Amino acid sequence: MEFKKLHLIICSIFLICSVNANAQTDKECFEKVSRGVFKFNQGFDNAILEPIARGYNKLPEKIRKGTNNFTSNIATLLSIPNHLLQGEVRLAGHATGSFLINTTVGVLGIGNPAALMGLENQSEDLGQTLGAYGVGSGCYFVLPFLGPTTVRDSVGMIIDNNYLDPFAKVTWHEKEIKSISGTKIDYVGVKAASAVNFRGDNMNNFESLEKNSIDLYAATKSLYLQNRQNKINNSSESEDDWGNLDK
Amino acid sequence: MKKLSLLLVSFIFVLKIAYASTYDSDPEIFIKELVTDAINKLSDKNISEEEKKNFIENVAVENVDINALGLYTLGELRKSTDKNSLENYQLAFKKYFLKSLTSRLTDYSSNKFEIMNAEKKSSNYTIVKSKIIASDKQPEIKIDWRVYTKNPDKPLIRDLIVEGLSLARTQKEEFSSILNSNNNDINILIAKLEEFIND
Repeated sequence: MEFKKLHLIICSIFLICSVNANAQTDKECFEKVSRGVFKFNQGFDNAILEPIARGYNKLPEKIRKGTNNFTSNIATLLSIPNHLLQGEVRLAGHATGSFLINTTVGVLGIGNPAALMGLENQSEDLGQTLGAYGVGSGCYFVLPFLGPTTVRDSVGMIIDNNYLDPFAKVTWHEKEIKSISGTKIDYVGVKAASAVNFRGDNMNNFESLEKNSIDLYAATKSLYLQNRQNKINNSSESEDDWGNLDK
Repeated sequence: MKKLSLLLVSFIFVLKIAYASTYDSDPEIFIKELVTDAINKLSDKNISEEEKKNFIENVAVENVDINALGLYTLGELRKSTDKNSLENYQLAFKKYFLKSLTSRLTDYSSNKFEIMNAEKKSSNYTIVKSKIIASDKQPEIKIDWRVYTKNPDKPLIRDLIVEGLSLARTQKEEFSSILNSNNNDINILIAKLEEFIND
């Protein structure tokens, strides 16, 4: 039954995305609504996330590094199946090794001894996996609290949460795996810590972007789409479209 | 005598500005010298904010291809825009760019830079790879500089790519969004730029 459901969802994504595959990646699903949600998210950021992140940045570096390691280690659980789906067996091996070593030797992932041993831990999700298989991003929109996304990435996120992410299974869906159990609060707590850590790390970048943009919504959208494309390509090189200018 | 000393002082002042803006023609050394110079100036507590602003503007005018950047960020509209509007846009863009650059550089001036290497992409472009060293305030940030080398004696910066995110492309898409929602009216974009300049 579960497999049938998964199959149906995967087929739907391909159907939706294939419709948009040839469309421009910067196409909006419903811009007016997205701009409204973006404003709401900005309000949430100003009132709650940013002040918490400022306080968090005042904590000793060791605590912040530990938090970053802990949340990254949990995210590895989602990267492993996605590496495998992309046929990246070597990276799946690295991620598995990294998770096992950091969870045990690194005390629940607070330390990162795996990095010292040369194990790569590159985060992957189903949106990236689908992108790696050539599935177009579909149109762009903004979700409350979660921020920018596309049809491909949001459907990927739902499947990740329901089927691929063992951490979400144990916590959000409260299903016991090998006598390990958790609650929705654990899930929300880890995601919130991850968001605060990201916001704190990028304090300067957010401020600079806000100060220097004449259309912050469009600038954020561009940065999100560029970042996703880089992650799909596993590259940090920007697309070269300057050739047009020199013709 | 007075005239002579005035002339001498002016000469030294002009020389100082010219010297500050002249860097090596090798793209890697060019970026290294420029960034080192900028960091030294921006972190110098004996220099006033106004002097720092003037320094950044002089360096940018001399070493950034602002004209090409303006045309790139305008996208395809640059081909169909009349000469007069294009001149107005370029003027507003230059002021906008200098103002935002000053603000951006001041934000990052307290950090330490390191040049890693350079990759020649074509006869026109070299990408110089650098990074901001991690501090207790933020993690390491990779910054690539797109250097236009059509004139090998005078390299010019065309783009900054921060962690794979192109600032020029972001700017272009920002402008494109404004133009799209205003019937591609360049005057509205110019008005928005002027609003930012005068803010």
